[in-house]
Amino acid sequence: MTDAAELQRRTAQLLADHPPATTGRTEFLEARFDAGLAWVHYPEGLGGLGAPRSLQAVVDAALEAAGAPDNDPRRIGIGLGMAAPTILKYGTDEQKRRFLRPLWTGEEVWCQLFSEPGAGSDLAALGTRAVRADDGDWVVNGQKVWTSSAHVARWAILIARTDPDVPKHAGITYFLCDMTDPGVEVRPLRQITGEAEFNEVFLTEVRIPDARRLGEVGEGWRVAQTTLNNERVAIGGMRLPREGGMIGPVARTWRERPELRTHDLHQRLLKLWVEAEVARLTGERLRQQLASGQPGPEGAGMKLAFARLNQEISGLEVELRGEEGLLYDDWTMRRPELVDFTGRDAGYRYLRSKGNSIEGGTSEVLLNIVAERVLGLPSEPRTDKDVAWKDLAR
Amino acid sequence: MSTQPDLLYTEEEEALRSAVRDLLTDRLDPAGVIARTESDAPHDVSLWKTLTGDMGLAGLLIPEELDGQGATHREAAVVLEELGRAVAPVPYLTSAVVATEALLECGADDLLAGLASATTVAALAVGLHSAPGAAFPAVRLENGLLSGELTGIADAVAADLLLVPADDGGLYAVDASAATVTPQVSFDLTRPLATVTLSGVAAGRRRGDAAPAVRRALRAGAGLLASEQLGLAEWALTETVRYLKERKQFNRSVGGFQALKHRLAQLWLEVVNLRAAARAAADALANGEDADLATAVAQAYAAAVAVRAAEEALQLHAGIGMTWEHPVHLCLKRAKADSIAYGTAGAHRAAVAELVDLRAP
Ligand SMILES: Cc1cc2nc3c(=O)[nH]c(=O)nc-3n(C[C@H](O)[C@H](O)[C@H](O)COP(=O)(O)OP(=O)(O)OC[C@H]3O[C@@H](n4cnc5c(N)ncnc54)[C@H](O)[C@@H]3O)c2cc1C
Repeated sequence: MTDAAELQRRTAQLLADHPPATTGRTEFLEARFDAGLAWVHYPEGLGGLGAPRSLQAVVDAALEAAGAPDNDPRRIGIGLGMAAPTILKYGTDEQKRRFLRPLWTGEEVWCQLFSEPGAGSDLAALGTRAVRADDGDWVVNGQKVWTSSAHVARWAILIARTDPDVPKHAGITYFLCDMTDPGVEVRPLRQITGEAEFNEVFLTEVRIPDARRLGEVGEGWRVAQTTLNNERVAIGGMRLPREGGMIGPVARTWRERPELRTHDLHQRLLKLWVEAEVARLTGERLRQQLASGQPGPEGAGMKLAFARLNQEISGLEVELRGEEGLLYDDWTMRRPELVDFTGRDAGYRYLRSKGNSIEGGTSEVLLNIVAERVLGLPSEPRTDKDVAWKDLAR
Repeated sequence: MSTQPDLLYTEEEEALRSAVRDLLTDRLDPAGVIARTESDAPHDVSLWKTLTGDMGLAGLLIPEELDGQGATHREAAVVLEELGRAVAPVPYLTSAVVATEALLECGADDLLAGLASATTVAALAVGLHSAPGAAFPAVRLENGLLSGELTGIADAVAADLLLVPADDGGLYAVDASAATVTPQVSFDLTRPLATVTLSGVAAGRRRGDAAPAVRRALRAGAGLLASEQLGLAEWALTETVRYLKERKQFNRSVGGFQALKHRLAQLWLEVVNLRAAARAAADALANGEDADLATAVAQAYAAAVAVRAAEEALQLHAGIGMTWEHPVHLCLKRAKADSIAYGTAGAHRAAVAELVDLRAP
């Protein structure tokens, strides 16, 4: 059993063999992966040591103290949070060996080709077709939308319909799609903030070898559940200092700019400050539960809470700035690699946080999930259950 | 902020919880509580004796040298969660927490032993609505005699000992039999208020300074009240979910209607948040670190959740919830009274503003 002391020893060894000051960034990250210190709960040979997940903190703290580079988890969030756990669970040995290392080091960025113009919340209704060719390859045609990072991604997790004659959940298959393949066209989708962080992706006669199928044919929905569950959990369990979230910039503005203060704003600010602190404590409690091996269902709620808070706080911040709130820092159409909440001003935060209650499942859909899975209330009436996908209303 | 508070429950705390819950399940039925509230003796004295005498819970905050359990606010908070869940009519928060903290501040060891063994029930003679740090009325002290009237004193009718602030700035311990305790008609029937009238009662020894003792007592009261509110909100949510799964209208469980599912899911989320806030307050009180802010944050958050949980429970039980025989009204009355007890959310938000330097215009 790998314990904290053993991990500390291995971390010290890694630092001794590859001093961060004299080792290249990628080289260091590769060495860290090979030492099993990337994600310690992953299996040996795949960046981990099969240790308890809670012990990752031991490694991270030691490496941070030593000034070692990190793998920029914000930039590669979809790969780390969603693609990796799904590949780990459903991938073949060859797929795991091929994909996990460059995914973790950030050399290969991933994106998620799930949503379509006709299938958002009702993701299983998707219509992108994958048809088997004579040589065993899959030929994919269709359109995806709202795809974050597609413009920087090397790989994508993709779900497509392989059988339209069965009910919608049954006819889906999960693939790993090479974004550089012919027929993959990425077009920027300019968003409310002015920039284009997400994209439309058109798939025209894209050939995907059968070796890049993840899981069985027709089992794609089950595989996608792993991705979606991890997507929702990814947000909880982060350790934040007090005022570490969006409330920080507003509180600082309040302190530094007495001329902006009004009684109404004061009441609203205090209410939100308290709620942000309570949400922070809830996240911390979730983290402590995970660390002690008793995960609760609270994770499902964290995304809901943060979405609402981010929106209310940033809305207040725009008002607080008064005359300045009438201005915007920059509407230039840009293609950022990641979402930068704190590097931009209040107006940007306000607009971008509107997406927090939509991306990764809308708040309405998450409330359904909490009501059904946590509280055990009856599920929504289903009129699509026994109907072949091709016969559904669209 | 150096370390993170410990927000989980220990195994011992969980064991304590099940012991208290088992006892309350056996001994407290809503019909009995409702009947008692209409009698002259609203408190469940026999339940109190079991809780405090047999289980020793009155002395959780009292050191072992003084016959207490030498435990902490973390354990007391767990007891309060369960008492809140049952809306139990016992003077636990007022005697075992608030009065106890006042006497601990005064170093009144002789009196604490009585509280620890629960041979004495004590009440701090400061109105239940008072926030920590707020001004509070005092009685006159003349020639060693105390005179005056204090109102809104929670659980005074069950108390043997009254801790009375006097106008010399001291805190005095008065035998309840020497005072006139007149029940007021209280909104919360399970934590009744009373007027305490002293007409030239011998003050006896000055026990300590009233201001720090009251402040500490009310802070602990406010901080641990959040755990009571948590238990109460949890009960309301659980009962409502259970009822709505059973209740059928339009040929289906009404709990399957999405408008209701979303409301309940939202409430669940708030209860989850309240648990973290209440645990943080209990842990901070136990460690003395960050306690002012942690209790103010918990109280600025808790009342709205507990009241909403009780109000939602009533609305979603609909007609049956509106009846005297259904326990939801006990819960609603306690929740609403709790929203004023030991300071309103607004008072606690004002405290937060001071503590984290977010000053008013
Ligand atoms: C910033 C951002 C980034 C994104 N990144 C990606 C990405 O990288 N990859 C990807 O695949 N997708 C991505 N998405 C897409 C996202 O997952 C979808 O937008 C989302 O699932 C909602 O689908 P929709 O937009 O089609 O809305 P719809 O599903 O059409 O919803 C319309 C409205 O109906 C409500 N609604 C729908 N169904 C129900 C129901 N059963 N009960 C109650 N209300 C319901 C919704 O809550 C919403 O308010 C991103 C979205 C955003 C905003």
